[in-house]
Amino acid sequence: MEILVILVPLALMLGGAGLVAFLWSLRSGQYDDLDGAAWRAIADDEPPQEAPVKR
Amino acid sequence: MQITRDFSHYVRDAGAGVQHIDLAVEGVHCAGCMAKIERGLSAIPDVTLARVNLTDRRVALEWKAGTLDPGRFIDRLEELGYKAYPFETESAEVAEVAESRFLLRCLGVAAFATMNVMMLSIPVWSGNVSDMLPEQRDFFHWLSALIALPAAAYAGQPFFRSAWRALSAKTTNMDVPISIGVILALGMSVVETIHHAEHAYFDAAIMLLTFLLVGRFLDQNMRRRTRAVAGNLAALKAETAAKFVGPDEISQVPVAAINPGDIVLLRPGERCAVDGTVIEGRSEIDQSLITGETLYVTAEHGTPVYAGSMNISGTLRVRVSAASEATLLAEITRLLDNALQARSRYMRLADRASRLYAPVVHATALITILGWVIAGASWHDAIVTGVAVLIITCPCALGLAIPTVQTVASGAMFKAGVLLNAGDAIERLAEADHVIFDKTGTLTLPDLEVMNAADIPGDIFELAGRLALSSHHPVAAAVAQAAGARSPVVGAVEEAGQGVRAVVDGVEIRLGRPSFCGAEALAGSVTLDPEASIVAFSKGTEKFVLTVRQGLRPDAKAVIAALKARGIGIEILSGDREQAVKAAADALAIPEWRAGVTPADKIARIEELKRRGAKVLMVGDGMNDAPSLAAAHISMSPISAAHLSQATADLVFLGRPLAPVVAAIDASRKALHLMRQNLWLAIGYNVLAVPVAISGVVTPLIAAAAMSGSSILVMLNSLRARSASREIV
Repeated sequence: MEILVILVPLALMLGGAGLVAFLWSLRSGQYDDLDGAAWRAIADDEPPQEAPVKR
Repeated sequence: MQITRDFSHYVRDAGAGVQHIDLAVEGVHCAGCMAKIERGLSAIPDVTLARVNLTDRRVALEWKAGTLDPGRFIDRLEELGYKAYPFETESAEVAEVAESRFLLRCLGVAAFATMNVMMLSIPVWSGNVSDMLPEQRDFFHWLSALIALPAAAYAGQPFFRSAWRALSAKTTNMDVPISIGVILALGMSVVETIHHAEHAYFDAAIMLLTFLLVGRFLDQNMRRRTRAVAGNLAALKAETAAKFVGPDEISQVPVAAINPGDIVLLRPGERCAVDGTVIEGRSEIDQSLITGETLYVTAEHGTPVYAGSMNISGTLRVRVSAASEATLLAEITRLLDNALQARSRYMRLADRASRLYAPVVHATALITILGWVIAGASWHDAIVTGVAVLIITCPCALGLAIPTVQTVASGAMFKAGVLLNAGDAIERLAEADHVIFDKTGTLTLPDLEVMNAADIPGDIFELAGRLALSSHHPVAAAVAQAAGARSPVVGAVEEAGQGVRAVVDGVEIRLGRPSFCGAEALAGSVTLDPEASIVAFSKGTEKFVLTVRQGLRPDAKAVIAALKARGIGIEILSGDREQAVKAAADALAIPEWRAGVTPADKIARIEELKRRGAKVLMVGDGMNDAPSLAAAHISMSPISAAHLSQATADLVFLGRPLAPVVAAIDASRKALHLMRQNLWLAIGYNVLAVPVAISGVVTPLIAAAAMSGSSILVMLNSLRARSASREIV
């Protein structure tokens, strides 16, 4: 059971990392437009810039 | 005279040589629009950011400072087919957004703590039935406490604060039992952990907060969205004024940027945005919005004009005496707000539920403790059982029952073109059983339509439309719109109160009063529809007469039939003339109607219906409807209405159809049904769980399963409100 000494802090650290990531995403405004975000996920990517045709 | 647009009021510095502006955009509703707008705007050189917010219907733009005129974005959006307006965030909205973010942060912390405490609790639960050592259990309990106590202290703030406010005002609300439950559960768990007990309720307390925060966040998010939409509407109505920045140069600036002493230009057909005195020009003004007087007043040098009055015929120069917040119109709006607050507060379903809830639960817990003591249990065991009752009855599902339905239902209504102005609008609308319609602008479209366009030769009609572009008169605007005219006739001259004239290819053309065009004889021969007004057009010696009127909304008849089918009483109360109202009532098959009704009569009629026990839905627009909108049980306004009535109406709807009225009634009825169902689900859960808790056999495992089970059930049930909007008419 000594393994708990490593595993428990490890688990808490992973959870804490998740929390920090959430707070970061909140601060950077990723929850400001949930309707739009739902669509952006399935929107087509920007069409690639057409390379200038060489003659 | 040259007109420039000045947006500097709305532009702010985003740092690093970048400027930022927010625009409210009309008509953005799908992913396609979003991509189209973003691509279109990014294509402008020097634009560093163009991002659409689909939820709030806005676009944020950033560009290298000094390189671009923001007017260019509006023009570009116009080319793409969207109307955009510069936008200034109100302080009320800023507060809602901040609150929304705070709740989300609390929710994040609570959810993190719940997951980690649960990770520690499950070993304890399984260890308790197998071979866990007491020392290991204590270690896990202490770890749980280490996570749960600070997390609850942070994430519980919204509840603790609100409970404290209620208690210091010597009242109670739903947050009082929530706070008591959470604090007792945590406190008891710490004491139990110190005494090496088998059970601790850290997980239950923190999970409770998580679920309640979900409900709280959804509720707040709905409010935030309503506020955002209201802010957009304010921007769409953007009050601007043409201010003189040079002797012959005017600039279109927001009212907020106008100061007393400035001189503004007031063109025919414009609504005045400031209070002031006329210093030049001669015109008639319509002050009905302010004084209720429908006859036009002559304005000349020295005449005072007030914000909200409409300039009818000539161009005026006005010296500003008060702008924005200090105007008479702003004063009336404030008075009306006060009147609204005085309206007896409707007792919301959630309030009624919580008023019953707290005493019952606390009494049950107390009786449990006393009962066990009398039955011979130790005080310690009795109190532990009593606290378990409080934990298991904590209003998890109850807290979610109503906000989840409201969120889903308001989203469904939003899609159907209905916006909620008041939080309890859904509940009150669901109860409505009698609808009073105003006629003008409600049953009819607010814009004028040319009725006999088909009888006029196409080229003549187009010419009339192009000439009409030079006038600001509402009738002229209707002609221009109907003709689809784009390029104004060069050299057109407007004669105040008469019409416009110009010379094209050596022939004089005129549009205006029949007398102005020499077409009295022709005008007299037209059989006049009671609602129509007449405008004449002459080209040389050729004379034509156009009849212009407000048409009924296209689906009005179907909507009235649908309302009847739902057993809802319908009547028309209109201030208009009898023939006009009768014509509309006959067309819509509404037997009950009254014409020539004053605002006071409308209120009297509403009061009479109220006494008979009817719940009146008032659908109307216009300033003189504002008091009756406030007097009714629930009110709706079309969005084109004068903005004062918008502030008064509980719901507003967009677009030409009247169908949103039925859609909103259906959606709200379904939502109320689901709210009740959810409350019964929550009560049913308590009826099952409380006896178990009283008997003292509740373990933290049972509490966790019961609470999350009931909450998820309620949330899933709420999702059913989504389908409401699909069954329109």
